[in-house]
Amino acid sequence: MNWFMEVQWSPYLVGAGIGILSWFTWLISNEPIGCSTSFSRIAGMIEKLFRGAKVEEKLYYQEVNPKIDWQMMFVLGIVIGALISSLLSGDLSGQWIPSVWSINFGNNLALRLLVGFAGGILLGFGARWADGCTSGHGISGTMQLAVSSWISAICFFIGGILVVQLIFKIVM
Amino acid sequence: MKTGKMKLFWGLLFGIIFGFLLQKGGATKYDVIINQLLLIDYTVVKIMLSAVIAGMIGLYIMQGLGWIKLRPKTGSWGKNAIGGLIFGAGFALLGYCPGTIAGAIGNGYLDALTAGLVGIIFGSGLLATAYPGLKKGVLKKGYFGNITLPQVFKVNNWVVIIPLTALIIVVFYFLERAGL
Repeated sequence: MNWFMEVQWSPYLVGAGIGILSWFTWLISNEPIGCSTSFSRIAGMIEKLFRGAKVEEKLYYQEVNPKIDWQMMFVLGIVIGALISSLLSGDLSGQWIPSVWSINFGNNLALRLLVGFAGGILLGFGARWADGCTSGHGISGTMQLAVSSWISAICFFIGGILVVQLIFKIVM
Repeated sequence: MKTGKMKLFWGLLFGIIFGFLLQKGGATKYDVIINQLLLIDYTVVKIMLSAVIAGMIGLYIMQGLGWIKLRPKTGSWGKNAIGGLIFGAGFALLGYCPGTIAGAIGNGYLDALTAGLVGIIFGSGLLATAYPGLKKGVLKKGYFGNITLPQVFKVNNWVVIIPLTALIIVVFYFLERAGL
């Protein structure tokens, strides 16, 4: 039980655990681990609240129905699992501005939220453009040895590393 | 209907385990993810590549036994390379990805719960609106289908799996030796 209360486990152990978890998502649910499609479904559901059923006529929502599915429950589970883990180890944050951000860019909350919002838009847009995210391509697709996923995962990191260098090194 | 509900239950349960592991690994934290992109802390890469080794070996054994049928995603350069770079830029600005933001919310990071979450949903909705045009154009550029690496090299799956596993272990060895 003490083990469950530790703040951090070895990344190798955590990774192996995620790999083994994927055996069971395939065996029991016939689903790969993935997350980003759920945000499209949520976006469609919200749009439906404002524009009604005609949202479902959109080409994208014909391919990705805006309704609750396995993956959306999976994403909800992530929130719960991370909450349980952080409560057990006393690691629940409550922070608005992450430490590395405030050291480099200061304590202006509006700036952090603005950049985070812009980042979120690019992230959601890019994930659906590429048809997958760090989970669907980066973990599930690479382990299936899919060419589409290896290209995506490498480009996630190329884009991420370049833009981080830009904002941390040049802007500073 | 009953099997449908059962499937949703399993999704929730698997998600709880995934979120628990992500948090224990530190991947639900902006600081850990940004330090990875700054190349000063390789926690995220270690988690991902360890998952690839364990997952790949298990999944291909299970497929060999006929227990599962894998579904590699179809792709194109226009879809995966350009989409991947846009995603990377967002990853750098936000410091979370679609899975780890859910974990970050559970971990109590309020920038994730507010700006980040709203941004991702908004961005996903924008793509849905832009989709018909993109589908006819850039998403088709350089189409290569649902091929896998062994199919590209025209070899047995294990001719890729075994050397790739060895290569990843060598990468781990050098990361540890460099103290990263």
